Amino acid sequence: MNLLKRIRRGHTSDTIFAFVALLFGLSIVVIMGGIIFQLWLQSSVARSEFGWSFLWSAAYRPGENEYGALTFIYGTLVTAFLAILLAGPVGVGIAAYLVEIAPDRVNRILGFVVELLAAIPSIVYGLWGFFVLAPFLRDYVVPVIQASPLGWLPIFGGTFFGPTVFTASIVLAVMILPTVAAVSRDVIRAVPQDQREGMLALGATRWEMFRQAVLPYAGSGVLGAIILGLGRAAGETMAVTFIIGNSPRLFDSLFDQGATLASIIAGQFPEAGGILLSVLIELGLVLFIITILINISARLIVSLISRSPRGGIRA
Amino acid sequence: MDSDNITREKELARGRSDEQEPRRLRTAQGSTANRASETRTEPAVTVENLDMYYGSFKALQDVNMLIGRNRVTALIGPSGCGKSTFIRSINRMHEIVPKARVEGKVLLDGEDVYASDVDPVRVRRKVGMVFQKPNPFPTMSIYDNVVAGIKLGGNHKKSELDEVVERTLRQAALWDEVKDKLKQGGTSLSGGQQQRLCIARTLAIEPEVILMDEPASALDPVSTQKIEDAMEDLKKKYTVVIVTHNMQQAARISDYTGFFFIENMGDPGRLWEFDETSKMFSNPNRKETEDYVTGRFG
Ligand SMILES: Nc1ncnc2c1ncn2[C@@H]1O[C@H](COP(=O)(O)OP(=O)(O)O)[C@@H](O)[C@H]1O
Ligand SMILES: [Mg+2]
Repeated sequence: MNLLKRIRRGHTSDTIFAFVALLFGLSIVVIMGGIIFQLWLQSSVARSEFGWSFLWSAAYRPGENEYGALTFIYGTLVTAFLAILLAGPVGVGIAAYLVEIAPDRVNRILGFVVELLAAIPSIVYGLWGFFVLAPFLRDYVVPVIQASPLGWLPIFGGTFFGPTVFTASIVLAVMILPTVAAVSRDVIRAVPQDQREGMLALGATRWEMFRQAVLPYAGSGVLGAIILGLGRAAGETMAVTFIIGNSPRLFDSLFDQGATLASIIAGQFPEAGGILLSVLIELGLVLFIITILINISARLIVSLISRSPRGGIRA
Repeated sequence: MDSDNITREKELARGRSDEQEPRRLRTAQGSTANRASETRTEPAVTVENLDMYYGSFKALQDVNMLIGRNRVTALIGPSGCGKSTFIRSINRMHEIVPKARVEGKVLLDGEDVYASDVDPVRVRRKVGMVFQKPNPFPTMSIYDNVVAGIKLGGNHKKSELDEVVERTLRQAALWDEVKDKLKQGGTSLSGGQQQRLCIARTLAIEPEVILMDEPASALDPVSTQKIEDAMEDLKKKYTVVIVTHNMQQAARISDYTGFFFIENMGDPGRLWEFDETSKMFSNPNRKETEDYVTGRFG
């Protein structure tokens, strides 16, 4: 252990500092471990009752004591991916505009608005989704989609009431937009000016400069921003609970209702007891693991790309 | 620099300057007035009454210069007197600095690059630039770095690209060192190799004029030598403008030399003297030039 050796050797104040820092660092690990342990412990009833098949069972009928996580895992992944599909390009676009084009004043104002978006409480997004967005989609967007050739696709089939997977995904997209935009902005801003100049000097337009020089350079960071957004979308609770309909089914139309891990937990927890409580806690465990997996894969992808084996030129 | 050295530099510079060339590129003050009578080879770039500002700060004042076609023009002078600012005004690179602006004219083949209907993108395709710090694109292979500019133009034929890569890398004296790893690991390229790669990349777009802003200042002597060797070749085909802090280098490689200078702190930079390199290094008209080229200050 390098650190311990150094602690033994160093000055007293350094030693104390290193020790305290180590303590704080460890505390995070301890807390994480504690959470997982608790979730594991408290879901033991459900786990012993349903075993591993809990993960791929689509049944969820509390009345008949049938429980499975699949519909919620499905709902979580679909809404999160749909959200990032919408928020990713828009967020990176906003970031690009802020860094490359916007004059100072616009930059400050828009930057402020983006940060403001991040500060709006989740439930407010839920209310907005329910009372503003859903009617708007129903009256103006869904008819257009269904009238277009796309309307034949099963994912756009059925009748659109208010609370749907579609509505929830769009609200999620708006909610994670600030994360994606702010992180990408910082990453794009960190691209050295000489990369831009190098590309411009070859006769690139600003768009070509961004596409060919800035974006590849910032690539892994932008990808990190997107996956960060994905993680947030997967874990978002209040707003989704409000507008997804919270009904466990393997929907095939986005205009159908659905449920996510987070939304079902929030929706059912207040009345839960006995085995249902244990089931909800196991769902929480699943959600926790999914979010961790998303974040780990983000890290992996980022470090894989930045150590690009294709052999770039180390500038 | 001792006097022996100066004489040698002078000889070197003389030997390279073309005797047939009319002595049309005189001092900054005289140049514009005489231009009409000098029609034998029109200059590649003509700069007239150029002022440059960063916001309210005036960085350059009243620069006039005729940049000879297929000649190497060296720009020298103390730091901060506007050399970089000046060459960036030629390909409109200063425009990425938000508050930078230019007054006066820069004519490229007789066409004002600042005319309202001129697209800076087109100017930069004719006027390439190599920067002080090597700036290859790190996510691209060596090959892709070289063709980055061509691909912008939509020219994608593989055989053509291959040909361009080999030719420009040879011109930049880099081919032998990288020919076996074009597609892959450029990770091991040294600073000097990176800079030569940047030169190749610039050559690949076949500009008429190549601007170089202290291209060797961050490099070791061997790399510097290789870049100078490459320049020998370049000037047969291109018009080169090079900013350098290295007097020997200026004397060795250039045909004309411009000396930028600020007399009093806070003044804008001016083109203090501009003449054939041999004259600038042996018998300049102004005392400050002489002091600078002999290393008495700077
Ligand atoms: N982007 C900029 N913004 C404001 N001032 C600048 C900028 N670039 C250069 N300057 C100023 O312009 C003057 C000339 O700078 P520069 O052209 O870089 O000189 P040189 O290349 O001869 O060392 C200096 O006073 C410098 O501080
Ligand atoms: Mg400079």
